[in-house]
Amino acid sequence: MADKYSADTIITETQKRISNAFDVFDHESNKTVDVREIGTIIRSLGCFPSEADLHDIIAELEEEEPTGFVRYEKFLPTMTKILLERKFRPITEDLLLQAFEVLDQQKKGHLEPEELTKYLTQEGEPFTQEEMDEMLSAAVDPDKNVILYKDFFH
Amino acid sequence: MGCGTSIAVENQTHPSETAIKAAILIQRWYRRYVAHLEMRRRYTWNIFQSIEYAGEQDQLQLSSFFSFMLDNFTHMNGNGPDLISHLLDSVVDPLTEEVRQLKYEQIVVPESYCGPRLSFPLSVTDTNALLSAFKEEQTLHGKYVLQLLYETKKFLKQMPNIIYLSTSYAKEITICGDLHGRLDDLLLIFYKNGLPSAENPYIFNGDFVDRGKKSTEIIIILFAFLLLYPDHMHLNRGNHEDHIMNLRYGFTREVMQKYKTHGREMLQLLQDVFSLLPLATVIDNKVLIVHGGISDKIDLDFLSTVERHKVKSALRLPKRSVDHLNVHANIRSSSRQSGRSRLDSPCSSGRTSRASRRRKKHITKQGSCSSSSSSSSSSSSVCSPRVSSRNTSRRPPPSPSLPSPTDVLQVPFLDSFVSLEPPEPPRDELERQQVVDILWSDPKNQSGCSPNSFRGGGCYFGPDVTQALLQKHGLCLLIRSHECKQEGYELCHNGQVITIFSASNYYEEGSNRGAYVKLGPELVPRFFQYQVSRSTRKLTLHQRVCVAEGSALRALKEKLYAHRSDLMAAFQQYDIDNTGRISTSEWAQVVESVLRLDLPWRTLRPRLARLGADGNVEYESCFEDISPGEPIPPVTPNLAETLYRYRTDLEIIFNIIDKDHSGQISIEEFRQTWKLFSSHLGVAVNDQTIDDMARSIDFNKDGSIDFNEFLEAFRVVHKLVIKEQQQG
Repeated sequence: MADKYSADTIITETQKRISNAFDVFDHESNKTVDVREIGTIIRSLGCFPSEADLHDIIAELEEEEPTGFVRYEKFLPTMTKILLERKFRPITEDLLLQAFEVLDQQKKGHLEPEELTKYLTQEGEPFTQEEMDEMLSAAVDPDKNVILYKDFFH
Repeated sequence: MGCGTSIAVENQTHPSETAIKAAILIQRWYRRYVAHLEMRRRYTWNIFQSIEYAGEQDQLQLSSFFSFMLDNFTHMNGNGPDLISHLLDSVVDPLTEEVRQLKYEQIVVPESYCGPRLSFPLSVTDTNALLSAFKEEQTLHGKYVLQLLYETKKFLKQMPNIIYLSTSYAKEITICGDLHGRLDDLLLIFYKNGLPSAENPYIFNGDFVDRGKKSTEIIIILFAFLLLYPDHMHLNRGNHEDHIMNLRYGFTREVMQKYKTHGREMLQLLQDVFSLLPLATVIDNKVLIVHGGISDKIDLDFLSTVERHKVKSALRLPKRSVDHLNVHANIRSSSRQSGRSRLDSPCSSGRTSRASRRRKKHITKQGSCSSSSSSSSSSSSVCSPRVSSRNTSRRPPPSPSLPSPTDVLQVPFLDSFVSLEPPEPPRDELERQQVVDILWSDPKNQSGCSPNSFRGGGCYFGPDVTQALLQKHGLCLLIRSHECKQEGYELCHNGQVITIFSASNYYEEGSNRGAYVKLGPELVPRFFQYQVSRSTRKLTLHQRVCVAEGSALRALKEKLYAHRSDLMAAFQQYDIDNTGRISTSEWAQVVESVLRLDLPWRTLRPRLARLGADGNVEYESCFEDISPGEPIPPVTPNLAETLYRYRTDLEIIFNIIDKDHSGQISIEEFRQTWKLFSSHLGVAVNDQTIDDMARSIDFNKDGSIDFNEFLEAFRVVHKLVIKEQQQG
């Protein structure tokens, strides 16, 4: 049947994508990755989980006695489900723009680095100093010393 | 836990709650962005490493070519200019030590030379002068280099194989890893950590030369400090302190280009200097420092008795070639029974590292393409010079048409006259194995000790091997280098092994950091990282990733280009209807099997090839934006490809033939070489094509080829780069 074939194909293709992404972090080529890389792998496959989401997933993936490694046999079914169910769907540009606009309370059209820092390092799932510094280095306009967030979007 | 709800709708919530939601959204988005960059950074790294490993594998191929050449020695005789006899021409260099020293003193340095003028014994003035000069891109005059090398050789002769140090006086010792000719990294280390001195001792753990462009400057600085502070500056030998490696990886070329008059003599001296470098350092009888690693056969007591200077190079001729030549009556056909017969055995099944999987594939491929190589494709085998201390008399060169009547095979390298002994007695073999293991081994995570048949020597040693050795000698830590690490250092084997690597941006700008480690009396390692940057402005993460990735992808595309015919043939096998498209799976499969690089091809596909409207891969698009430079007309695509693929090997062979390093070889020599090489490779190229090519390369029709120009012609050019240059 045409439907079944395409469903199977989708699953196979999905699993190959997962396998590929997994391999990039499988340093010893023994089908395991460091548990600390799981977030990166999941995100690089197009998902936008929160830190809390990740925490739950990792708890599911770890061994009975945590070894610090996650095995592919466990990762594959979990990740396949996540992708096929389209969990943690992408954040669209519109949404992201709205988010910046919300933070720009005075509707200036831009954000001061201190403003953004305050929100991102104190609220929600706070950034580490390193994350904040890195984001600022990319986001702050060097001449005006503000974040022209509208420029991020086309 | 979807994030599909719009935030603006919830107008009854308190503004700050909305703000919190906005913050979470941005955080979530940003982390995903960073992860995406990290993925790209990671596969970029994989690409560089895979290509490097593949390059090392090519070295084994070159070795088998040399074997092939020697095997066919007799066939070449009387067949036009004899390549092999050309190689066997003798060169005179019988200077005694005193004469040599006098000779150097008498070299006249012109008034116009404004670089440092060294005086021996060296002082701080000299080392400071050297550092300033090199920062200003000056070159040290050949006279001083020769004198420096000569003094270093004298000094090193009195050194033992293993140096024992202590961290008394509450001094911290700084240990640096591979530098590979990166002067900027050395200068950065000195800037951050201070110059070597009695209060600031250093250990440099090998691989000072090759790959980078300032290997000469690095060894000059290191040797100068060595002579200045013999008790506080220590150098371990690395696997690149080996003149055969230098031939391939750039140091030889660098020396010859910088020192046209004295280069050859420097290289001769360096052969000795390198082989006299100590093999290991031990701190406080607790920390062992070696360049590569260890094996289950290593014993420090035995190692300290080894005659290290006899192992000039880890690479050498396979035994069967020596037999075949039948030039010595005394050769015993007894095989090398001693120690390691494991070098001849294929890799064990226990290893599952990515590299080993690749190697398994490579070795079988290797065996099939070279008719003359036996299972010793796993052993490193290149024409080897090993100076025997017993061979003091000069022998007359063999005449071209007769096999040498003498009982040793003379194989000159860069006009250095050395001889290859018949198969070594067992003890010598054991000694050699210890040295090779120290210089070439790598740690692995699985237990056991298996041959590093990939690198061609040494082995992979597991945590149990480390544990056993450390226990045997009452040590607590092994520090080694030899492998590039993204963060400049890495711990393994439960913290018992530290890898320290000091060449930042080793593969490309932004590819990795460099690091050094400091040990104080409590022997707790402190790591310091750095990264040399071409630009003064700090690049963002995104920019760094893009630069490195761009470079890796270019390298990968060049590989694709170099195997174009094979790839197209394989693609077309899947494309029965000739649509020009195949599925992503099929594309990935073909590329992996032809290039033999274990990479995440599906992830890389978007960067390498286009998709058609139907979602399948337009396979020819992976050869776009790559084309050869000015081609030497007329060459068939196949020939161009092959030349491109083997250009590194060709360069090495040419370097050997071009004994005076003038950059020119005769057309006849070129013809012979190419004919030989292509027949060895099994590539069908007819004589007419070679002749046409040879003639057309000789642009000024003087009967000689500037092979640098020739190679330049086959350098691949990227259309994108050209476009940028035109617009830029």
